[in-house]
Amino acid sequence: MTVLDTPSVARSSVTPRRDIGIKRRYAAERRFRLYGMLAIALGIIFLALLLWSVFSKGYTAFQQTTITIPVTFSAEIIDPRNQRETDPKILQAANYPLLARDALVKALGVNPSDRVAVRSVSALVSASARTQLRDLVMADPTIIGTTQTVTLLADANIDSANKGQIDLSVAETSRKVNDRQLGWMKQLSEAGVLQKSFNTGLFTSGASSRPEAAGIGVAFVGSLYMMLIVLVLALPIGVAASIYLEEFAPKNRLTDLIEVNINNLAAVPSIVYGLLGLSIFINFAGMPRSAALVGALVLTLMTLPTIIIATRAALKAVPPSIRAAALGLGASKMQTIFHHVLPLAAPGILTGTIIGLAHALGETAPLLLIGMVAFVVDYPGSPMEPSTALPVQIYMWANEAERAFVERTSGAIIVLLLFLVVMNMGAILLRRRFERRW
Amino acid sequence: MTTSAIIMIIIGLGIVTYLVGRARAVTLSQGKLSNMHSRPVYYGAYAAICAMLPALAVLVVWLIAAPIVVEKAVKTSLSETTQEISVATGNLTFGTVRAIAGGLTKLTPEELARAKAGEINLREILGARGVPLASETDPAMVAAAEDYNALNATSRMAMTGVVLLVGLLGAAFGLRRIAARFRARNGVERVILVALIAASCIAILTTVGIVGSMLSETLRFFASVSPSEFFFGTVWDPRFSAAGNANSAGQFGLLPLLAGTLYIAFVAMLFAVPIGLFAAIYMAEYASPMLRSTAKPLLEVLAGIPSIVYGFFALITVGPFLRDLSANLNGLVTGNYQSFIQAQSVLTAGLVMGIMLIPFVSSLSDDIITQVPRAMRDGSLGLGATRSETIKRVILPAALPGIVGALLLTASRAVGETMIVVLAAGVAARMQLNPFEPMTTVTVKIVNQLTGDLEFTSPQTLVAFALGITLFVITLCLNIYALYIVRKYREQYE
Repeated sequence: MTVLDTPSVARSSVTPRRDIGIKRRYAAERRFRLYGMLAIALGIIFLALLLWSVFSKGYTAFQQTTITIPVTFSAEIIDPRNQRETDPKILQAANYPLLARDALVKALGVNPSDRVAVRSVSALVSASARTQLRDLVMADPTIIGTTQTVTLLADANIDSANKGQIDLSVAETSRKVNDRQLGWMKQLSEAGVLQKSFNTGLFTSGASSRPEAAGIGVAFVGSLYMMLIVLVLALPIGVAASIYLEEFAPKNRLTDLIEVNINNLAAVPSIVYGLLGLSIFINFAGMPRSAALVGALVLTLMTLPTIIIATRAALKAVPPSIRAAALGLGASKMQTIFHHVLPLAAPGILTGTIIGLAHALGETAPLLLIGMVAFVVDYPGSPMEPSTALPVQIYMWANEAERAFVERTSGAIIVLLLFLVVMNMGAILLRRRFERRW
Repeated sequence: MTTSAIIMIIIGLGIVTYLVGRARAVTLSQGKLSNMHSRPVYYGAYAAICAMLPALAVLVVWLIAAPIVVEKAVKTSLSETTQEISVATGNLTFGTVRAIAGGLTKLTPEELARAKAGEINLREILGARGVPLASETDPAMVAAAEDYNALNATSRMAMTGVVLLVGLLGAAFGLRRIAARFRARNGVERVILVALIAASCIAILTTVGIVGSMLSETLRFFASVSPSEFFFGTVWDPRFSAAGNANSAGQFGLLPLLAGTLYIAFVAMLFAVPIGLFAAIYMAEYASPMLRSTAKPLLEVLAGIPSIVYGFFALITVGPFLRDLSANLNGLVTGNYQSFIQAQSVLTAGLVMGIMLIPFVSSLSDDIITQVPRAMRDGSLGLGATRSETIKRVILPAALPGIVGALLLTASRAVGETMIVVLAAGVAARMQLNPFEPMTTVTVKIVNQLTGDLEFTSPQTLVAFALGITLFVITLCLNIYALYIVRKYREQYE
């Protein structure tokens, strides 16, 4: 080597270095690296943009403007002919918005005969005041004739204005809140009547055509039912299927078919599962449309492949020595698996299950097809009753035109994302805490 | 007795049998468990299985069979009295009878007697009690409804009796078999094995269900629209016209939808593939462990965000942004501030879908690149190639089949994606090449055709299943081919 090297070194010192394009090649190398870094940066920037866009639009949804005023439940308005003893429908159909309007007119000191002003005043309060006051009276008819302090929701436009979301530089005629209303708002908030408070309605209410009264409570209950049923069905079935495929199945055509099948099912578009649910569960088996049960069954079928793949990986990771030891001590194959292999694989299985559930929680498309795009106002009492789900509620709100619904939608997305974060964090923690490496 | 009560009783019976069986085994062993073939729990479990399994099986069969039998009996008695029932009106009448039967329980005995005599209008009364009826009733229907109720009650009584009897017999049988040399564990394990096999067959059943249900609905669709019109038609105009309108035949051309689907998927891949691939290469070949352990999970967060959130992002943020951007660009160049990108467009949907697909491309390709053997890398570097040259000339060619597989899997996801395109791509079905205009996809039309009230007879709704099976076949081919390539690739380097 040395003998051969010496002359070449000597020669290279004489002749100029052959140009092998080192500079160009290094520049290319740097460019290539830069592309890689750019790609990662772009990905992270997109993530940041997405989250920023949702959070910046949605964080205000957790606050709500309310108006707390004394409302006189005058008998002349609710029940002018004093028929409520005989005809209970009177209380249902009474002109409750008038009560709220009169209370505000009194609080603001507006001349009650100024019709334009009075109309502007009644636009301050949400139209949901009707149901709110009606429910109060229906629950306790003795309050008729008394004056009660009631907290009413402000109208969505007033809410937006109060949160500073309405551009006040626009001409008065082309914005939804006029200058007079703004003046009243100022007057009311100085008096402590108009306040911003935590928006509990967002978490308890159901669907509503009025953004200020709409909430995700009902949709959340629907999602909860579905997740529970999915968990109860998909986890045992998925684990059982994986145990058979991983531990018992002979290598033959049938098991090969099942394997290919499961891998394919994991990649089938979710909307196809919706079609399956529609034609089999609803059309063929006659289950009710919009029911959480049907949604849960569809999501179970959709989640199963994910759980099976995760469980099989977890079972595979348990070293054969454990099985050999158990079998050697006289355990049957079934005992080996259920007493030794399965507990060791449990963290991996649970992680896979949580990730599968998180996926199911955010899934929308199949639920649209089985009729969960429903305007559901009441809490579903059982999984058989019409209900809707969190992502479907988001979808329905996203289709609404009003500005205030954008805020609500973003708020609902924040809630959904928080749930997903919690579930995924749980999965990660579980893996960190319990996963064993052999 | 309600079904759930019966199930609870069976479960209770099972628990009791289990406890008794176990205790019996312990007694039989005379204090020395090794006298027995199996451990006591297995004897208990065996007895419990004997008690529960046949009873539950009878229950299920009964629940499925009984309504059919009752329906048949009531229909024959109805047709004997009314004489004029064809199949279609028979079904309608039977529906009314069932509704009346549900309503009769809400009537007082006095009202019931008058209703049977035909003196009062049952439809009004039941309507007031929250039971709407489709048509007017006649006394024959009321009688049939009573029959129906009576038959159902008898069937339920008989079912309760038979199921409980079977349960008790099973329990007795199971308990009697407990003996020192009886192989209870083998029996229990056989049952468990059968359950495991049944669970793994659900995967096959799902596929069979998907294919079978969609195929049957699609065939019904093709009965009214010819397949060639569907597969080669260039106009999509399903025409939800007023019911009963004679010329309500719409046009169901698949091609504009397919064109939109593929175009949007193509635009999405145009964004996702370079970014995802470069990210994967950097992650696998250059990144320090620190960067890798932070950037990789961050990118994977993108995959965990539900597609409805992307759809909303496209609708509220990206679409308007692109529209305003194009208006400003147009204004700068021509002085005419008019946007040439529409808020709902191929570009909007493709861009956002591309963002969603980045993590799929990057993590799949990352796995594949790291599987390329170390020796190939070292060989190339040892010959003096720079890292990027090694990647371009050695690693990527070696990983190419795997990467192609990964890209096909991603493409199948892009084709099947629904929520983004529903919110961001528009509903106009047309064939054109301008990415700034809205187009629509197969998935959007499935959703459009199937939301709202529907009847399963019109081609307007059945077409969704034809679209669905088209989508299924496309993604299935992509998936099978991709999985095949990836598997082949793995074997190559293992």
